[in-house]
Amino acid sequence: MADKIRFELVSPERLLMSTQADMVVVPGTAGEFGVMAGHVPLVSTIRPGIVEVHDGGSVAKLYVRGGFAEVAADVLTVLAEEAVALADLTAAEVEQTLRNLSEDIADAKDPEAKAKAQAEHDRWKLIREALAA
Amino acid sequence: MASLKDLRNRIASVRSTQKITKAMKMVAASKLRRAQEAAEAARPFAERMERVIASLGVSLQGQDDAPRLLAGTGKDDTYLIVVATSDRGLCGAFNTNIIRAARGEVARLVASGKTVKILCVGRKAFQVMRRDHKDRIVDAIELSHVKRVSFADAAPIADKVLSLFDAGAFDVCVLYYAAFKSALTQVVTRQQLIPTALPEAGKGNGPDLKGAIYEYEPDEAEIVADLLPRNVRVQVFRALLENAASEQGARMTAMDSATRNAGDMINRLTLTYNRTRQAAITKELIEIISGAEAL
Repeated sequence: MADKIRFELVSPERLLMSTQADMVVVPGTAGEFGVMAGHVPLVSTIRPGIVEVHDGGSVAKLYVRGGFAEVAADVLTVLAEEAVALADLTAAEVEQTLRNLSEDIADAKDPEAKAKAQAEHDRWKLIREALAA
Repeated sequence: MASLKDLRNRIASVRSTQKITKAMKMVAASKLRRAQEAAEAARPFAERMERVIASLGVSLQGQDDAPRLLAGTGKDDTYLIVVATSDRGLCGAFNTNIIRAARGEVARLVASGKTVKILCVGRKAFQVMRRDHKDRIVDAIELSHVKRVSFADAAPIADKVLSLFDAGAFDVCVLYYAAFKSALTQVVTRQQLIPTALPEAGKGNGPDLKGAIYEYEPDEAEIVADLLPRNVRVQVFRALLENAASEQGARMTAMDSATRNAGDMINRLTLTYNRTRQAAITKELIEIISGAEAL
């Protein structure tokens, strides 16, 4: 276990994930970077995209948006305003959700509900882009 | 002297009030646990954010091109006071304490010739503040539709503050809320949001940063520029969570003492009721006996 890195994913609401991994790929603003044990201490902002957690041959993917990543002494902490696990999310489901939300926008009665549905729609659009990439 | 019937009604009404306060106390207790968990779960994010900003901010502070959110506008003529309270009452002195502290600050600032603007979060803040400071209130936000405070609820409030700041509407922003210590104690807290309050140089670098030289990507200034608005959002979110926990704690305590008061009152009234009843019986007996003696 000596060559593993500790990975923590934190959202404003709670600690989402805390695990050991061989390597974690983080979508930094200046480009994606992989973090393995023994990485130099680093602070980087992140862009909306996918965090890949590689461990023992399996890869877990998470969509993150807004925040930063901090690497210190074999601990990688990603602070994201929003994070969704993509493991159980297929492209078809995302499309379906987007269609539903489009209908919500069309059906919305007051401007407030419309804005809310629109924000949700934009959010899922970003997730779709991340998934397609 | 109240009649027997009046006393009976009185006891019944106090008893039903007691039932309500007791139920409210139990509801508050269960909500408190959830709110407390939420507040605790949110701590890691805020703490890490603070640590990074503290370590970056200290090195940037002296520079001329430091972001305005960090360095301020160079003046302190206009203050924005954000008063965060609950939407509902019946929670003891919770709202009163926050509002009293905020009003004290407003009075102090006005006396020293500053311009003060107020942003009310929660209905109670607005209800009280509009009495004295109607023309100072820039906006009032209610959260009564929110069951559990989420980050998505806090973000618009923070964005409002940030857009006002970008528009040059104020120089310094101060947030008032009640920090949750325990169910019995809530501490009214004054927190400076803008410019970002930094811990004293040297103290802010936590043990984790000792000796470690960080690489920054893209670079320090850009990271700070990106993080500062996020930090405002996180601070507002944390304040709302603390407030939610404090509110339930205060309500629980208040309703607990209300329930006990009602119990005492019932005891006192029952005693009076029994005495009055006995007095009536005695009086009737005397009347009968003295009637019989007269024959």
